[in-house]
Amino acid sequence: MKKWNEYLWIFSAVYMTLGFFNILFAWIGLICFITPLLLSIIGKGKIYCNSYCGRGQLFELLGSRFKLSSNRSIPAFVRSKWFRYGFLAFFMTMFSIMVFSTYLVFNGTNNLKEVITLLWTIKLPWNWTNTSTVSPWIAQFAFGFYSVMLTSTILGLITMYFFKPRSWCVYCPMGTMTQSISMLKHRRMVK
Amino acid sequence: MRKAVVNQKECVACGVCAKTCPRQAISIFHGIYAVVNEDLCVGCKKCERACPASVIQVVQKEAAS
Ligand code: SF4
Ligand code: SF4
Ligand code: SF4
Repeated sequence: MKKWNEYLWIFSAVYMTLGFFNILFAWIGLICFITPLLLSIIGKGKIYCNSYCGRGQLFELLGSRFKLSSNRSIPAFVRSKWFRYGFLAFFMTMFSIMVFSTYLVFNGTNNLKEVITLLWTIKLPWNWTNTSTVSPWIAQFAFGFYSVMLTSTILGLITMYFFKPRSWCVYCPMGTMTQSISMLKHRRMVK
Repeated sequence: MRKAVVNQKECVACGVCAKTCPRQAISIFHGIYAVVNEDLCVGCKKCERACPASVIQVVQKEAAS
């Protein structure tokens, strides 16, 4: 019998789909940011990655079961500290910029922009959701956050295809953060 | 005897190896790196094939005396 947490890939798939049709569902994704950090902070290590991450399971499923992965080894530099921490720093910078643009909409400096930004560069008009029912900043954050989630999914799918199914987990910013928190908690900096 | 060995400096602690191991020989040490229980490992290489970071390898080891 499979355990309930082995089906969390369904959550990830449903999340991406719901967000596609109604951008406001993007907010639910905050769960995938807060839960792993909290679990590490309370000393549970990387239990989120190890047992509860739907995204990791989804890549595993597509790559292994559906054979969409070429199963090659990832280039060594990707697992190096400088690349993983560098990518984390880049990711957090882009995330902060996104939060700041949400703030600019909140305080009225900017108007809501209904676009999804892929890979931090490609802008796609995304205006099939009626967002007039919520404050513009709530919608702005949803667009920004969904952009982050879609971008990381696309990067993950690309590396899943070229390398091992869960190669995204090698440089996933959440995984790097939870591992760092775990290291700090145990004062065992592995260099 | 052939046993799995982890390059703990570069392990990302994702837990893919632990999930794949048919003998439950691998655990993730406090979310930092993977640890192989050599008493349980049978050297099947499943973890080596699955590790997304390619940092776990099955190598020849002397039998424990
Ligand atoms: S590294 Fe990222 S994608 Fe992989 S299991 Fe952890 S949180 Fe999920
Ligand atoms: S699969 Fe590889 S990177 Fe992940 S925990 Fe095991 S040895 Fe470490
Ligand atoms: S070689 Fe096989 S038995 Fe040994 S740790 Fe890897 S998967 Fe488990």
